[in-house]
Amino acid sequence: MNIFDPAIFPILTADGLTNGAVYALLSLALVLVFAVTRVIFVPQGEFVMFGTLTLASLQLGRVPGTLTLLLVLLAISTVLNVVEALRRGDGRSAGISGVSGVALGAGLWALTTTLAAAKAPLLVQVLLTLLLVVPLGPLLYRVVFQPLRNASVLVLLIASVALHLVLVGLGLVFFGPEGSRTPAFAEGNTVLGGVTLSNQSLLVIMVSALLMVGLYYFFDRTLTGKALRATAVNRMGARLVGIRPTAAGSLAFTVAALIGALSGLLIGPSIAVSYDTGFLIGLKGFVGAIIGGLVSYPVAALGALLVGLIESYASFSLSQWKEVIVFTLILPVLLWRSLSSKHHDEEDE
Amino acid sequence: MTSTSPLLPAPLLKVDDLHVSYGRVEAVQGVSLSVGAGQIVSVIGANGAGKSTLMGAIIGALPSRGRVEYAGRPLAHTPLESRVAAGMTLVPERRELFSSMTVEDNLRLGAYTRRREGAGDLGGVFTRFPRLEERRKQLAGTLSGGEQQMLAIGRALMARPKLLLLDEPSLGLAPLIVREILRIVAELRDTGVTVLLVEQNARAALAISDFGYVLEGGQVRLSGPAADLAHDPAVVASYLGAAK
Repeated sequence: MNIFDPAIFPILTADGLTNGAVYALLSLALVLVFAVTRVIFVPQGEFVMFGTLTLASLQLGRVPGTLTLLLVLLAISTVLNVVEALRRGDGRSAGISGVSGVALGAGLWALTTTLAAAKAPLLVQVLLTLLLVVPLGPLLYRVVFQPLRNASVLVLLIASVALHLVLVGLGLVFFGPEGSRTPAFAEGNTVLGGVTLSNQSLLVIMVSALLMVGLYYFFDRTLTGKALRATAVNRMGARLVGIRPTAAGSLAFTVAALIGALSGLLIGPSIAVSYDTGFLIGLKGFVGAIIGGLVSYPVAALGALLVGLIESYASFSLSQWKEVIVFTLILPVLLWRSLSSKHHDEEDE
Repeated sequence: MTSTSPLLPAPLLKVDDLHVSYGRVEAVQGVSLSVGAGQIVSVIGANGAGKSTLMGAIIGALPSRGRVEYAGRPLAHTPLESRVAAGMTLVPERRELFSSMTVEDNLRLGAYTRRREGAGDLGGVFTRFPRLEERRKQLAGTLSGGEQQMLAIGRALMARPKLLLLDEPSLGLAPLIVREILRIVAELRDTGVTVLLVEQNARAALAISDFGYVLEGGQVRLSGPAADLAHDPAVVASYLGAAK
C-alpha cells in the first residue's frame, strides 16, 4: 500500500503531527537553553524519560528514584550557595540558603513518600511528577553549568554529554531496564473530517499548541521573558540593565525541564519509555532545532513537526530505515546553512 | 598625584588607588578620583589612556584592585547587577543595545531593576528624546548611530540612576548630534543625576563639566575645576588643539 493511500495517509499524518508536536516542544527548549546559556543541552531528552518513568513509578505505588537525585542535587546546590555567601561575608543569606535548602528537601521527601504510598489519583501524581522533575532543571544548572558559565561552547558541550551519560545511567539504576507506559489521560476516539483520531493524540496536540502559545506570550509580553531574550541577544547589555545571567540561565533550565517533563507525560501513553529512550526523542527535537539554526523558535518548531511527519511516513513504508531517514534530514540543512550563512567567530564577546 | 578633595558636595563616588590589568599589561595604574553628588565630572585623555577600562572597573564589569566607594559604601563584593540596582548605570562605548528587540523593549528592560515599581519612566525618556518615541516599534539595530546613542542613554535613564557613567557618548557621531547629546547630559545634572563622563572630545566635555581629570598612560596627570583645565596650557596643547 502506498503512503498516499487515502485510507492511511491521514492516520500517518495525525500520528506524525502528534509526535512532531512533542519534538517541536523539545526543539524550543533546546533553542532557549542555547540562546541564553550557550549550552547545547544534550540531556533534554532525559527530562522526558524522567517525566514518564517517575509517573510510572508512582502508578506502581513506589517512591521514584527521581526523589533521591533531586535531594542529592538540592544538597550540593545548598552547600554551594552557603559557601558562596560565606565567602562574600554575607552570613545572613548563608543562613537563609542553608535553612531553606534543608526545609525544602524535608518537605519534598515527606510529600513524595506519603503520596506514593497512598496511590493518589492520577492528576495528583502528574503534579507530583512535575514537582519532582522540573526542579532538576535549575538544580542541574546550579551544580553543573553555573560554575562553567564563562567556559567555551565546546567545554559546555562536553559537560552536557557527560551529564547525559550520568542521567541515562541513573535512569537505569532508578527504573530498571524495562520500558513502561503510563495510562492515557483521555480515552476514546474522535472523528474529524472522516479521520479517526484518538483523544489522547488530540490532547497531545492541544497541550503542545497551548504550551507554545504560552511560551510566545511569555517571551513577547512579559518583562521576565524579554529579559531572557535580552540575555540571549546581548549578555553584557543584559547585565548593564541589572539582569543576572545566572538567574536567566536558571530560568531557561526551569522552562526546559518543564517542557521535557510535560513531553514525557504526553508521550508516556503512546510509546513504551525506558531509561535510554529520552536521547532518541531529544535528538529528534535537536534536528528541528538545527533546522532553525539554534536561534529561530518558529523555524525550529516547524522543523521538528517536519521530523515527526517524515518519521511517521517512513515508519510505514520503510520502517527499518526510519531513523536513518530522519537523521539524514540534517545533512542537506547543514550543507545549506554552511553555504548560505556568513562565518561567525565562535566567541564574539 | 594625590587627590585632595576640592569638591564641596559629599562624594557620591570615590575611587582610590585603582589598578586594572589585562594579563601583564596594567591599563589603569593607581587612579584615584572623586565625583561629588550632583556634579558632572569628566575624564579626558587620548585613545588607549585607560578611560574605558576605568569605567568598566567602576561598574564592576572588569576585575580590579583598589577601592571603589559608592554613596559611602565599599563595592568590593558587589557584582555589576547589584551596582545597577543600587543606582549606578553605565552607558558603554559599544552601547550594548538589544539590537533585535524594539526601541520600546530596550527601554522597558532598562527599568528591569525597578520592575516591581511598575513601568519605569518611559514618558520622561520620550520627552527628553522625542526621536525615540517616533521609533518606538523599530528594532534597535536599525537605528542610526545618534539614535542608538540616545537609546543607550535613555535605557540607562529608565533605571532612574543616581550616578550615570557615560563612556565616549560622542564617538562616531556628527558634531550636531554630539552637541545635542551633551546638552541633554547637562540637563540631567539639573534633575539631580550625577554624571561621570569619559570623553576624547575634551573641549565639549569640559564645557559642561564641574571638574575634570586628565588620564595619560593609565594614570591621572592633572585634575582641577573644568574651567581651569580648559585654560591649562598643557591641556590646551595636548587635548584642545590650537587655542582659538
